[in-house]
Amino acid sequence: MSTESVGTRPPATPEAGSGRLGPPPWLSAGFLLPAIVLLALLVLYPILYTVWRSLYDAGGSRFVGLDNYVSMFTDSVTFGWSDSAAIGLVLVITVLTVIALTLGVITGAVQRSTALRIGLIGLPLVDVAAYFILAMNSPMFTAIKNNVIWVVFAPTLITALGLIFAVVTERIRWASAFKLIVFMPMAISMLAAGVIFTLVYDRAPERGVLNAVVVGAHDTFQPSTGYPGARPRPNGPLTAQGEGFITKQAVQPGRPALLPVVAVNIETQRKLATVKPAAARPGVISGTVWVDFAPGGGGAQNRPDPNEKALSGIKVEAVSGGRVTGTATTGNDGGFVFSSLPSGSYQLRLPESNFTPPFNGVDWLGPGLVTPAIIGAYVWMWAGFAMVLIGAGLAAIPRDALEAARVDGATELQVFWRVTMPLLAPVIVVVLVTLVINVLKIFDLVYIIAPGATQQDANVLALQFYLQSFGGGNDQGLGSAIAAVLFLLVLPAMAFNIRRFRQEQG
Amino acid sequence: MSNTATNAVTAPPGGGRLDGRNGLGGAPRRGVASRIINRVGGGVVQAGLVVIALFWLLPTFGLFIASLRSETDNSGSGWWQIFTAPAQLTFGNYSELLKNDTITSAFVNTVLITVPATILVVVVAALAAYAFAWIEFPGRDWLFLVVIGLLVVPVQVGFIPVARMFGDVGLFGTIPGVVLFHTAFGLPFAIFLLRNYFAGIPRDLLEAARMDGGTEWTIFMRVIMPLGGPAIASLTIFQFLWVWNDLLVALIFASRDSQPLTVAIQQQVRQFGSNIGVIAPGAFLSLIVPLIVFFAFQRYFVQGVMAGSVK
Repeated sequence: MSTESVGTRPPATPEAGSGRLGPPPWLSAGFLLPAIVLLALLVLYPILYTVWRSLYDAGGSRFVGLDNYVSMFTDSVTFGWSDSAAIGLVLVITVLTVIALTLGVITGAVQRSTALRIGLIGLPLVDVAAYFILAMNSPMFTAIKNNVIWVVFAPTLITALGLIFAVVTERIRWASAFKLIVFMPMAISMLAAGVIFTLVYDRAPERGVLNAVVVGAHDTFQPSTGYPGARPRPNGPLTAQGEGFITKQAVQPGRPALLPVVAVNIETQRKLATVKPAAARPGVISGTVWVDFAPGGGGAQNRPDPNEKALSGIKVEAVSGGRVTGTATTGNDGGFVFSSLPSGSYQLRLPESNFTPPFNGVDWLGPGLVTPAIIGAYVWMWAGFAMVLIGAGLAAIPRDALEAARVDGATELQVFWRVTMPLLAPVIVVVLVTLVINVLKIFDLVYIIAPGATQQDANVLALQFYLQSFGGGNDQGLGSAIAAVLFLLVLPAMAFNIRRFRQEQG
Repeated sequence: MSNTATNAVTAPPGGGRLDGRNGLGGAPRRGVASRIINRVGGGVVQAGLVVIALFWLLPTFGLFIASLRSETDNSGSGWWQIFTAPAQLTFGNYSELLKNDTITSAFVNTVLITVPATILVVVVAALAAYAFAWIEFPGRDWLFLVVIGLLVVPVQVGFIPVARMFGDVGLFGTIPGVVLFHTAFGLPFAIFLLRNYFAGIPRDLLEAARMDGGTEWTIFMRVIMPLGGPAIASLTIFQFLWVWNDLLVALIFASRDSQPLTVAIQQQVRQFGSNIGVIAPGAFLSLIVPLIVFFAFQRYFVQGVMAGSVK
């Protein structure tokens, strides 16, 4: 990356060989000793030991070659995800890569030949590997699958958000306050963030703020007035059809239809008015829907008795030849009237919408959504990081470059895509690489947020490592193999760092 | 990444500030954004940003309020009920927390782990960084490349071997063990950050000191350390927060007696699931210290994070 893009002076490098006054080389040993001892003993040696250990069995006494790596990928493997889901994610990976490469070629950040090589050889290989990882199922494959999802989505989402925030706040008066707020979660621990988000994602709408909002929004658009659990009176005129009820026979105009229902929640019943049988009206289809259950006994079956309750707000459909011809809604006394129906033979149906249970929010931490939910918490934590780095890069773009493009008649969008983005590309690469490295090692958030029941569904490599080697799995051979794989995965980033540093030093 | 680090820490004063003129704040510029904003209408954008800011604040605010409500209130209803029932607010959870020996001793452990781990990293790294920046010795560049390579090593590769090693010498499950592990894995980044900053100190100053007959040690103490202040401040704050916030390292190397706050709270989450009367105030206690540090030393922290964009 060009140093200018972030806008400050490059570090001065001490020139070699000019130090006549310089200290003797052996002096350096004293200064370096503590660091070298610590690094050699606690970082370098462990890397070698981990690789070596991964070739031994759980107890560490028997050499097993690559067995740990093999069993990592073959143990209790079944095909889990549906093909379509796996193919869907592979498609997303493909599309994102193609977009990135195209942008890279357009902006000149990537050479055309490199892009072609990546697109034609690298991408198909990644796609095939991703497909197998996604379609297979075992604790290890779930972990790898989730790591793939994390690595594909979390960095891109965070970078996109950071870019938007950085661009939008560029001219806002209270930008520093906004940035402070968004950046703040970077300072707190993943544990605290995890606790915060277990509260946010709580399943119960009366406790979890997210479900409270979701249920509130849902009920605003689709109020629930239902009577969940209600059933047609056995031996009555109604019979179940799907989740709704329908009359067994056609109803006759002029004779009010009696539609008895049972098993309505007792709490709900208390709030209902007493039933009043509908009066007969010649030639008109009408009727009554009520709870055919007299509290304290008594009362005849299939007849609205004075101490029985009316079901108000029930939607009634008139069905003829399988088609719904008209609808009516019961009033407080349980009565309904179809005022303008063409003559014919009708059955009456109480559709299932009357009896569906109330909407109770989303199971955020259930098997399907737990990983996206945790990624959401991670985005909350890291968006500020991307925003601040990209903001710094944005500020370092020389105004002249932008003005020149405008003078040449470029539209604002053109200026953004053709001038700003290419100049910003190095910063964005740094942000993405940093996030990918961090996301590969994600542990705390998953460990804290995922409830025991869905921990396996949310599994990631670092969690699987912990569970295998310290958290009960008791197989440090397999654990070492997982750690070695994690190490392998960060090697490209290591090479990236070293190369970048050497380039900078010239 | 490496150069963001150099830039962040060699930046002129204000470089890493969220409100600084260095583009992190609202220095007047005619950028793309300003024009888009003018066109779309500043009001809409501003309103959107307010919503986003609330969105970012609410989760933490929710935890704070939950920590101020009784267990019964929390299990029955959400924290937003306090807007209609402010009487629910109570310090009960916190006074219980102070009587909870597990939590209070874990808090002390957190301090006992964080402070030494931070000081050790800063001292050891500053010494090494000085050698890398200003003492010629054979293999220097090569050795520094190793340090850069170690920047991204995942802590996971250290756990199994170091746990075994600590077990052999009796450090496993002790505070010094946790401190040593944090120090070692904090070193590559610390050396990298300080070396880049030290290298930017004007050569003349060192030459002058050497002419005056200063030893390397006096130069290090009298010239490098004072001039390296900003980078050292960034590193101190970054490392402090890093260690304070750590869960995983302590989960593996600490025992019941040496566990820090994060582990103690995590145990509560695991064991009691719904023990929100302890979890909420505990989590808030563990995050309030980093937040204070963050607000007090915002600029250094941002610089540290920018430089740390490799860890």
